[in-house]
Amino acid sequence: MPLDAKFDPATHHFRLVGTRPLRPDGYDKVVGRARFGADASAPGMLVGRILRSPHPHARIRAIDTARAAKLPGVKAIVTRDDFKDGDPSLKDVLVNVMARDKALYDGHAVAAVAATSASVARKALKLIRVDYEILPHVTDVDEAMKPGAPILHGDMRTENIEPAPKKASNVASRCEFGHGDPEQGFKQADVVIERRFKTEATHQGYIEPHACLASVGSDGQGELWVCTQGHYMVRNTCAALVGMDVSKLRVTASEIGGGFGGKTTVFIEPVALALSRKAGKPVKLVMSREEVFRASGPTSSASMTVKIGVTRHGRITGAHADIRFQGGAFAGSPIELGAMSAFACYDLEHVKAVGWDVVTNRPKQAAYRAPGAPMVAFAVESVLDELAHKIGMDPVELRLKNTAKEGTRSSYGPKYNRIGLAACLEAARRHPHYEAPLGPNQGRGIAAGFWFNFGGQTCVSLNVNIDGTVALAVGTPDIGGSRASMCMMAAEELGIEYDKVRAIVADTSSLGYNDISEGSRVTFSTGLATIAAARDAIGKLCARAAKIWGIAPEAVVWENGRARPAGPNAGDFAPLSLAEIAKTAAKTGGPIAGHHEVNADGAGVSFAVHLCDAEVDPETGRVTIKRYTVVQDAGKAIHPSYVEGQFQGGAAQGIGWALNEEYVYGRDGRLQNPGFLDYRIPVASDLPMIDTVIVEVPNPGHPYGVRGVGETSIVPPLAAIDKAKAGKKRR
Amino acid sequence: MVRVKLSGPLKVAAGGEAELEVEAANIHQLLTRLAELHPKMKPMLERGAAVAIDGQIYRDDWFRAIPEGSEVVILPRMVGG
Amino acid sequence: MVRVTTRINGDEVTFVCEPDETLLDVLRDRLNLTGAKEGCGTGDCGACSVTLDGRVVCSCLVLGAEAEGRQVGTVEGIARNGKLHPLQEKFLEFAALQCGVCTPGFLVAAKALLERNPDPTEAEIRFGLAGNLCRCTGYDKIVRAVQAAAAAMRKG
Ligand code: FES
Ligand code: FES
Repeated sequence: MPLDAKFDPATHHFRLVGTRPLRPDGYDKVVGRARFGADASAPGMLVGRILRSPHPHARIRAIDTARAAKLPGVKAIVTRDDFKDGDPSLKDVLVNVMARDKALYDGHAVAAVAATSASVARKALKLIRVDYEILPHVTDVDEAMKPGAPILHGDMRTENIEPAPKKASNVASRCEFGHGDPEQGFKQADVVIERRFKTEATHQGYIEPHACLASVGSDGQGELWVCTQGHYMVRNTCAALVGMDVSKLRVTASEIGGGFGGKTTVFIEPVALALSRKAGKPVKLVMSREEVFRASGPTSSASMTVKIGVTRHGRITGAHADIRFQGGAFAGSPIELGAMSAFACYDLEHVKAVGWDVVTNRPKQAAYRAPGAPMVAFAVESVLDELAHKIGMDPVELRLKNTAKEGTRSSYGPKYNRIGLAACLEAARRHPHYEAPLGPNQGRGIAAGFWFNFGGQTCVSLNVNIDGTVALAVGTPDIGGSRASMCMMAAEELGIEYDKVRAIVADTSSLGYNDISEGSRVTFSTGLATIAAARDAIGKLCARAAKIWGIAPEAVVWENGRARPAGPNAGDFAPLSLAEIAKTAAKTGGPIAGHHEVNADGAGVSFAVHLCDAEVDPETGRVTIKRYTVVQDAGKAIHPSYVEGQFQGGAAQGIGWALNEEYVYGRDGRLQNPGFLDYRIPVASDLPMIDTVIVEVPNPGHPYGVRGVGETSIVPPLAAIDKAKAGKKRR
Repeated sequence: MVRVKLSGPLKVAAGGEAELEVEAANIHQLLTRLAELHPKMKPMLERGAAVAIDGQIYRDDWFRAIPEGSEVVILPRMVGG
Repeated sequence: MVRVTTRINGDEVTFVCEPDETLLDVLRDRLNLTGAKEGCGTGDCGACSVTLDGRVVCSCLVLGAEAEGRQVGTVEGIARNGKLHPLQEKFLEFAALQCGVCTPGFLVAAKALLERNPDPTEAEIRFGLAGNLCRCTGYDKIVRAVQAAAAAMRKG
């Protein structure tokens, strides 16, 4: 359901969209009543705990659970023998959930117990004997690519190179995107700069650790309560991994304490289900913070070489990137997204990005806000900045001269539709921050960023209640206030008050399939489906009014929350409100509901430009962020507070990535900082206020023009901060 | 006839061909024809591919019509955070 | 097992717990007060913040047994008789929560901060809340909500 050509969201007068009502789930969250993953319990519940490998790479010769099983209070133990190979497309997920022949990283799960208390479970883990044959390991991306590096998977052959290699390696695949011939382009340049960059892995750092409560009966039916970004994904994956019918597993998404991409896969859920089935009792499994760091999704670490050429007048003539991502012990780092997004901000004739997906003895990476894009943007934007400096051009000017716009062939293939990068660059240049004087030891950095944004499978149901209120069921976990936005869009369409609509996240048995809340897709696709469901309900409401009046349904229009006779019947009957029609629904044909099922496409890409002032203490080298401004295209901001919140949150995570956060592996291949003390995410005193500017260039693919906003904001900070801290004063 | 631009691994699977012409009225026909022409592409396409028609990216939409003369680009499947 | 009698949000409560059980586990698992969250269990995130005789503590670092004879304040006790505290109101109004898992800890810490210092500067708020991690908001809206709540409370 795209934007109607006759409808301009920029000038349309919305009643609710663009306002800032209180969120429907807010009250519960400020009084402590909201129930998150670890807040559920069940009668007779057992406590689950997972035993994890202390070795980065080891063959598991044998696992002896006999002594643990004898400990009073231990009700079930599971190991690799309890998980059978099945769907080949889920093989890596399965091996990550429970190690098979080898432990592939420090923290890899090797066994799990369910016991009557946490202390019994802890004791039981100590009684499990695992016979490891320690193997050489590798945790660095460049080291892993070298000939002679320890090989993780004997059957891994690099894909997409001709001729196909005969020898095993840690390079899972190669990819390449672009058009033209960069070498040709470099010949036309006045200045060419090539630089090498490395970025370390970071963690999504959600404050709520993974948690679930599983309950499987001997009748084969199961229930799972879990904090996840996608409970339908959890249902389908778990059903396949533990061998259940999809219909027999009902998954309820708890309130979720942050995800940022890290809760888009399964870790402990299949283990909890397997334990529960074996014990015949509910099992609660909660990760400790250390487990979150050691075994749940960090990002890839990256090694990159970027080369860009420009003319004296600031035209980019050629761009090339060679990008190596390690994504942990399994293939599947976001290398393609990294390579595709590398030069997505610019209109280039000669551009190429080559990517290498590498495995190492680290936890399997998981998506993190614009997966793959921040590190690559760091490299590209840094080189551009240096080029601007070299040719004596304002860095925004250089970007504006080369900015991608409608009709530009993107560096990853398709031509762009309407996009907002130029508008963001202009807005950044107009912002008072851009010209503000800098203090001593301060510098200013600017950088641009891009993210694709996705749509996906979505199903929404909207029920009109007897009192004229509306129950809206969506299937995308609310990770940042999306229920408020959905209520706003439904109320906007129906013409009723915001607080008459109540949105819930339905469980997997109550509503059709929904893809994960990921890829900045929720406000776009669930919003689109909500609008369509409301319009569906309006059609039915009008039909009821037509019946009541005895006129043709086509002769009824919906206006300001009322059905009104139109055309030849105009003025013949007094309009009927939604509440009035709802009241007699039983007598006019039964319940009134609207619904919509769609695989949404048409998510518009989103661009951002960040400005950062940093001060470097000349004695200690300590970097303080003094001022920060985020300018980003939201297409149309439904609830501006939550749009700003996404801008600010992404910027803060980017600041953490740039300054403090990194996975540190020792020579022993073990993670050295699996806790918030040593893996330091920004705290309130590390940051200034974060200014936001919402640019609105409507997305032609959404009825109100919405673009996803969740991810782009983490893309520019790495480069912006690095430049600011280098103290490059531009003006 | 649809002119399809290939990039990334798909280009390699097509023997380095960056552009192909195939007879297809919708995305499903396009993917089927490509897999027939270049069997190496088949597993990649089955794993998931996105198709951009005139700049609009479709992740899964078999029966999306491909208008004559439109610009078609095949991309790897994308996931986000 | 030890037997402990304490006051939680003003009410007398008696519970039994293991000698090595944390106050956080007692609150959550024995008393069903799940407002305080465990984000780390090591005193680094503040999600488990409660007050003990008016002082903010990480309840994951306090033993249940230490609550004997003391006053414990949790997020569940901040609203009084169904009426939200100005901090709670301003957190909602200013959209100072996204996921909301850090919110209970921030409210407990901010309430104690404003009781000590009714008119804090931005820097005082930022340093006063530096023991509480929020991964979603970048703190901007949290700081503004606390400023607004402080202003509202000063007006009375
Ligand atoms: S759980 Fe107590 S400080 Fe994190
Ligand atoms: S709102 Fe999610 S951690 Fe603060």
